[in-house]
Amino acid sequence: MIDQTAVEQDYQSDRESAPGAPTLRAVVGSHRIEEEMFGRVFDPQIIRRIGAFVRPYRRQFVISVVAVLVFTVTQLAIPMIIRRAIDKGVMVGPAGMPVLYQSLVAFGIVIALNFVASHVQETVVGKAAENVLFDIRRAMFAHLQRVSLSFMDKTEVGRLMSRLQGDVGSMQEFLETSVLSVGDIVLLFGIITLMLYLDPGLGLITLSVLPVLFVVRIFWLPMARDAFIKAHETNSAVNGALAEGIHAVRTVQAMGRETLNAQLYDAKVQANLATHLWAAKLAQILVPVVDTLTGLAMSLVVVLGGSMVLDHRLDVGVMVAFLFYIQRFFDPIRSLTIQYSVMQRAMASGQRLIEVLDVAISIQDQPGAVDLPETDGSVEFRQVSFGYEPNQLVLQDISFRVEPGQTVALVGPTGSGKSSAMALIHRFYDVTEGAVLVGGHDVRQVTQASLGRQIAMVLQEPFLFTGTILDNIRYNKDSASRDDIIAAATALGADPFIRALPQGYDTMLGERGGSLSTGQRQLLSFARALVADARILVLDEATASIDSATEQVIQRALAILLRGRTGLVIAHRLATVRHADKIMVLQAGRLVESGTHAELLREAGLYAGLYRANYASFDDVG
Amino acid sequence: MTPPNFPIRRPLEVMAIDDAKSWRAGLITLWRMTRIAWLTPWQVTFALVATLFSATMQLIIPRLLGRAIDQTQLFASDPAAAKSALMATAVLVLIVSALRGVFTTFQNYFSEAVNHHSGVELRLRFYEQVQRLSYGFHDSVHSGDLITLGLLDVDGARQYFSTGLNRLVLLTILIGFGGVMLLRIDPVLGLMSLSFVPIVGWSSSIAQLRLRLTWRDLQDRMSVLSRVMEENLGGIRVVRAFYAGAHEQEKFDKASDSALDLAHERVDIRVRSTGIMTLSFLVAMGLVLWVGGAKVMAGQMSVGTLTAFLTFMTILQMPVRQLGLLVNSFARTSTCGARVFAFLDLDPAIADAPDAKVLTLTDGVLRFENVDFAYPSAPATKVISNLSFTAARGQTIGLIGPPGSGKSTLSHLIPRFYDVTGGRITLDGQDIRGVTLASLRNAVSVVAQDVFLFTTTLENNIAYADPWAAPDQIEQASQHAQIHAHISGLSRTYRTIVGERGASLSGGQKQRVAIARSLMPNPAVLVFDDSTAAVDANTEARIRTALQKGAADRVTLIVAHRLNSLLHADRILFLDKGHVIEQGTHAELLALRGRYRALYDLQTHGSDREAAQ
Ligand SMILES: Nc1ncnc2c1ncn2[C@@H]1O[C@H](COP(=O)(O)OP(=O)(O)O)[C@@H](O)[C@H]1O
Ligand SMILES: Nc1ncnc2c1ncn2[C@@H]1O[C@H](COP(=O)(O)OP(=O)(O)O)[C@@H](O)[C@H]1O
Ligand SMILES: [Mg+2]
Repeated sequence: MIDQTAVEQDYQSDRESAPGAPTLRAVVGSHRIEEEMFGRVFDPQIIRRIGAFVRPYRRQFVISVVAVLVFTVTQLAIPMIIRRAIDKGVMVGPAGMPVLYQSLVAFGIVIALNFVASHVQETVVGKAAENVLFDIRRAMFAHLQRVSLSFMDKTEVGRLMSRLQGDVGSMQEFLETSVLSVGDIVLLFGIITLMLYLDPGLGLITLSVLPVLFVVRIFWLPMARDAFIKAHETNSAVNGALAEGIHAVRTVQAMGRETLNAQLYDAKVQANLATHLWAAKLAQILVPVVDTLTGLAMSLVVVLGGSMVLDHRLDVGVMVAFLFYIQRFFDPIRSLTIQYSVMQRAMASGQRLIEVLDVAISIQDQPGAVDLPETDGSVEFRQVSFGYEPNQLVLQDISFRVEPGQTVALVGPTGSGKSSAMALIHRFYDVTEGAVLVGGHDVRQVTQASLGRQIAMVLQEPFLFTGTILDNIRYNKDSASRDDIIAAATALGADPFIRALPQGYDTMLGERGGSLSTGQRQLLSFARALVADARILVLDEATASIDSATEQVIQRALAILLRGRTGLVIAHRLATVRHADKIMVLQAGRLVESGTHAELLREAGLYAGLYRANYASFDDVG
Repeated sequence: MTPPNFPIRRPLEVMAIDDAKSWRAGLITLWRMTRIAWLTPWQVTFALVATLFSATMQLIIPRLLGRAIDQTQLFASDPAAAKSALMATAVLVLIVSALRGVFTTFQNYFSEAVNHHSGVELRLRFYEQVQRLSYGFHDSVHSGDLITLGLLDVDGARQYFSTGLNRLVLLTILIGFGGVMLLRIDPVLGLMSLSFVPIVGWSSSIAQLRLRLTWRDLQDRMSVLSRVMEENLGGIRVVRAFYAGAHEQEKFDKASDSALDLAHERVDIRVRSTGIMTLSFLVAMGLVLWVGGAKVMAGQMSVGTLTAFLTFMTILQMPVRQLGLLVNSFARTSTCGARVFAFLDLDPAIADAPDAKVLTLTDGVLRFENVDFAYPSAPATKVISNLSFTAARGQTIGLIGPPGSGKSTLSHLIPRFYDVTGGRITLDGQDIRGVTLASLRNAVSVVAQDVFLFTTTLENNIAYADPWAAPDQIEQASQHAQIHAHISGLSRTYRTIVGERGASLSGGQKQRVAIARSLMPNPAVLVFDDSTAAVDANTEARIRTALQKGAADRVTLIVAHRLNSLLHADRILFLDKGHVIEQGTHAELLALRGRYRALYDLQTHGSDREAAQ
């Protein structure tokens, strides 16, 4: 989703404006990365896909369409009743009394129907629309749980969130109004029919003003469309910048960028304002046209209809009814115009929602995938090559085998591919070549669920969720009791600091565990992995932010825990890794050495070099 | 199985927002929104004047139509005169309608414009406030809640003028003037046609209260839902690592269902109130037809007047429906606005003192004098106690200690991310609370433990603190941070975009970009908060050598766990629970045979011994 070229162009234009002069290298909010676009008004593809979410509620929608029709008919009936009351009742004099009363009764019934219909329609459609929206959001969320990590790596959380919230929101407006549009169209045709029925001649003359409106709209639409697109685009720019300002606030303050950022943000907000004012102008330009046409139609009725009444060719009640209908006539046209832009927006949003739902699930259980049986916990790489981008291999031709119960350490410079190799065991990504085997099974041939149960990981960046400490350690291991959790924390030496917190294990953590030090967060994510109780434990620089004394406590806990389990450990502190059963040294994606600590020192290769870098200086002093 | 337990607590509760129960708070909010709208007095005036005229035109139309009907009746004896009278009326109808259109356009446009200007004002204030509030505040709120506040609530509040205030004026004119007009024509019938107004008013007030409450609750629940989604996406690697998709889905469903319930409730409330409003309107119309019809039959009233009454009511139908929207709008403004203002009213805990001076650096001496510190969220727990040390320019201070001993906290005190609760910190003898934040933070650079990279090019990231920097400055900083080689290898080199939180860089690479970024302003105090943890020993050694050159001009603080990172420090402080328990040079500390020595043994020989066991 990141379009580098578009960004480059943004830059180029910045640069060219000031050749040689110092350049301001600052933006707020990410660049316009994905084209914000407006959909076609009516995109059958999108309608069909969204329609699938509406299907479960089709009964509700049918009911509301019926209710809307009833409602519309009552709307149409009211002037007819008034006309009858005037022509056959009021104008006839006292003899017309019964007709007046009949009309009043009819009026009462119509009112009651109108009330019930609008109540049913608004309630049913309002609730059904909410249901559809929540269903769509749920489907998207569920889908995102399954799409590959390589997609998630490239996609900002903020962008996904704006689809999950903003775009789902604009579908709401659409769903609620789409039923009303049905009513509007029916109303429009109903009025036309009734006018022609009441008096074809006068009806035709009145309707003759309509073509003008259509001509005007032909010119207006493309302009308005452009304006709305622009306004929409600048909105996302402003919102993106605000979200960034909030997420990055600590960095902004630390770097003293408040003033400049406020200026840059101001520029974005002003640009947004300008596009909105332009769009507002365009949106309003039709109003006087419609009103003038309404006026014209009414004057025609007044002059022509009035003369006809005078000539006794028309009942005065019909003239009254005409005047009523004309005033109601332009309402549906107006709201259809509004709904047109709602629909446009909804199509664009629908498109973005469907894009999310359509992200290919590149990693999924194969048709014949079996549950990985309780394995011995062995891990094997067979000539594995892997790259995030097909042409840029991060791992090349890696082969090794970890016997059940062994602890193996991975060392190597940053960026050498250690984390990537670990990610392959869990099948976060699929290998480009070769195969990764867990317990003798190719990870691609077993179900992800069963694979996931056998592996626990402690990642480089400890991530905690909003919730209590207890919830965080338990995470999805619902069977873990409070005692299990406390036992895990105690084994890792985390118990004392947890108990020192205001509510102990029930202390609520702030966003991402912000009220804890990084080392403490790492301890908790350790405890979480212990409680998960898996056959294979992967530690990715899990002790980097922890001092050696605490680390030793962890090592002891692990020694007990790893008994009978397989451990894969990435670390930079060589003291951490040197008593591993096997040490593997990665460099630039290749496995360059492997063996025990003693063997590798004898080889005098990269490991020996790293080892000396760690200790040579101590040797100087000591 | 225990259900996933996550809080549905009120987001932003720290702001202690006055709840919907207080009318006064609501009124104050409306008043403040009105003042913001008044920042564009001309637009407001134009909008109101245009509203006045468009409403007047709207009121004239039924009279004209009524007159036309009467003209067909009264002049029946003289068709020619009647026809020319009708012609005149028709022309008037046309003119008045056209004018109504023009004024409505102005009314709509200017009130939209006022909305947008109010929005701009609120947005800018909001953004500045976000940046102004100190770490302590940001610790206490969830960023997702702030985003909701900045997007949804600001948006709700900014629409106040057109959907609230201006519409109120319009409806008042239409119903008020129209009412007076009708009452003058025929008091009884007038009263009847206006009988729906009090009912509508009453039912709107009830609805307003309830809508306000549900609106607020719904917003809160949506915040919780957003939080669940955001954490899920942000922590996707953990979710995947534990194969916790089902667990996350359960959390999502719980949050989603509770929001959905409320969304349904909101629909009910809204429908109930608009239903009553429309019903009472139509009943009034029936009454007018009944009584008016009888009057026309009795010859007490012309059929044209009856038409005028009925037309007037049709014209009123829109505004009456809009009363519902008006109610909604006031509910929304007072709720959303109250939240926004509560946020804008917060005072930052850390700001320039009234007499703050610009920091003047002479010798570059950093001094901690009996510093105590407790986080605002836990004032009783001292995280730093009675800590003192002095570091002169050119010196390097090492900090080491178990997790939670206060190392990061200490480094956050120097740029005043938090203020000390006891003692003081000085730079060249100036209490850092007495100098301007800008000058202080320009002089102090902290490479934070968690790296935040912006979604933009690498050069923008590295030049963050000094956006006017020349390309060779950027390159030099990158060279020192040992990241230049990697960047040069990328196909777009410094113009490569790095993702949110720098997803396509490895952990160590991110840390090195952050180091380069902190070197750009050439700080007088440079703090590395465990910022080479993910960097291997060789690379770290190279960074250290590269920094050696600049180190003579600054104070360097290094938090680290690998002892050889601290080896060359002039002094090493061993922290535990906020106390310095050992200090000295590496050699001195070794000789002390205390905690430091124990760490040293662990990192050099400890595991040998253990392995030997
Ligand atoms: N999600 C990702 N997408 C694209 N490239 C990545 C991603 N993660 C890591 N890389 C790249 O892959 C290489 C290996 O990274 P990594 O496995 O994290 O290294 P290590 O763990 O050894 O430090 C690095 O050059 C890094 O930039
Ligand atoms: N924002 C915060 N709010 C409240 N307590 C905090 C916050 N940050 C850290 N703490 C607490 O302060 C203590 C010291 O944390 P810190 O300075 O981050 O430790 P470290 O030495 O690991 O860097 C810890 O007990 C931690 O839980
Ligand atoms: Mg790594």
